[in-house]
Amino acid sequence: MIKTDILIIGAGPTGLFTVFEAGLLKLKCHLIDALPQPGGQCSEIYPKKPIYDIPAYPEILAGDLTNKLLEQCKQFEPGFTLGERAETIEKQEDESFIVTTNKGTKHQAPVVAIAGGLGSFEPRKPLIHNIANFEDKGVEYIIKDPEIYRDKRVVIAGGGDSALDWSIFLSDIASEVTLIHRRNEFRGHLDSVEKVQELKNQGKINLITPAEVTGIVGDRHVNAVVVSQAEHIEKEFELECDHFIPLFGLSPKLGPIANWGLEIEKNAIKVNNALDYQTNIPGIFAIGDVNTYPGKLKLILCGFHEATLMCQAAYQIINPGKRYVLKYTTVSGIDGFDGTRKEAPKAVVKAIE
Amino acid sequence: MEQDVNIKITDRDGVTHEVLAPTDMAMNLMEVIRSYELAPEGTIGICGGMAMCASCQCYVNTNHNLPEMQDDEEAMLSEAFNVKDNSRLGCQIQITLGMEGLEIELAPES
Repeated sequence: MIKTDILIIGAGPTGLFTVFEAGLLKLKCHLIDALPQPGGQCSEIYPKKPIYDIPAYPEILAGDLTNKLLEQCKQFEPGFTLGERAETIEKQEDESFIVTTNKGTKHQAPVVAIAGGLGSFEPRKPLIHNIANFEDKGVEYIIKDPEIYRDKRVVIAGGGDSALDWSIFLSDIASEVTLIHRRNEFRGHLDSVEKVQELKNQGKINLITPAEVTGIVGDRHVNAVVVSQAEHIEKEFELECDHFIPLFGLSPKLGPIANWGLEIEKNAIKVNNALDYQTNIPGIFAIGDVNTYPGKLKLILCGFHEATLMCQAAYQIINPGKRYVLKYTTVSGIDGFDGTRKEAPKAVVKAIE
Repeated sequence: MEQDVNIKITDRDGVTHEVLAPTDMAMNLMEVIRSYELAPEGTIGICGGMAMCASCQCYVNTNHNLPEMQDDEEAMLSEAFNVKDNSRLGCQIQITLGMEGLEIELAPES
């Protein structure tokens, strides 16, 4: 059981900034995210795109914003459960909550802050009629352990970075890698595209374009995929393989949070914006893009504000009746949980002779 | 108003809505659909309009002269599902006066 003060669901910008604000109040945080890395949409969808409305940054790349937020909250030693989706929540007799992930990891905290953005990212599944029958029987939408492909024949479908990068990576592990894409052009980084070209020329990657996987053949496990190729004349053929990995990106779904008894409106969680961004369940807050209230704007900077106010309310729940006054970091400095201290340099006093 | 155009949008339930879209607010088709709430929040415009998610894919059913498809839109559509010859990403179509009478249909959610 992982125990913490504030359990944050979602490691995007709002969740990461919560760690900092909570740390100033000496509250520890742990974050759960379905993605394998922190940053949420900023690192998953558009890490190389600029953002222009972060105060004091005329321009910052989404990936850089994530790195800076991680650096800013580092001394408060956040814990991470990554690559797992928060599945269930149970209120305990002592008013705390236990949140369990899809992999069974349990977390306990007196305060839960949902900073889940548009939801957890789920793989987009291609529309192949019998694909569901082969899930985990040779069809994988996410590569978790590349070793399972050792000396196996692998077919990858997709045209973005993940399709290219995994084709490159698996060409060293699998006995055979085939990359299938609907177009001849790929949307990845230039060096990935060039690397695939090179591996294709060396015969290490078998490239089939423009083409599409339209069916899966197998008894209990994938034996082959049906490929429709559209170049010159349309033809359809079976390609023997052991694994089929469709990589068509991820799309966010509110998912299990929708069943937690929270008031939901327009795919977002209703909160009390006049006070503290608490939901209809005391002790559970929702901040950032995942919440809604009259006048809500889905902006990163609004998430930062909501996180800050929410932490004050969390402090009251965790330390009932305890006195507290807001401190300015410039005046008080920052004492990290790791023993580090940041503070403004002392004024220099020196006489003029 | 003069700077508004009439557009017919068929939502994912097959219901057709006749809406007025402003041409002077730098709005695109995805944003018009959101402003009229013709698709639930969180199911359209997920990437914010960067041609990176295809949640605003629509089928264009009239022969209007629309802005030419750029590489990123074409690449995204090549990875999207339910794509047809008349598929476009709503976020890449800025509303202009030439779009009077445009008829589009939202592609299914995927």
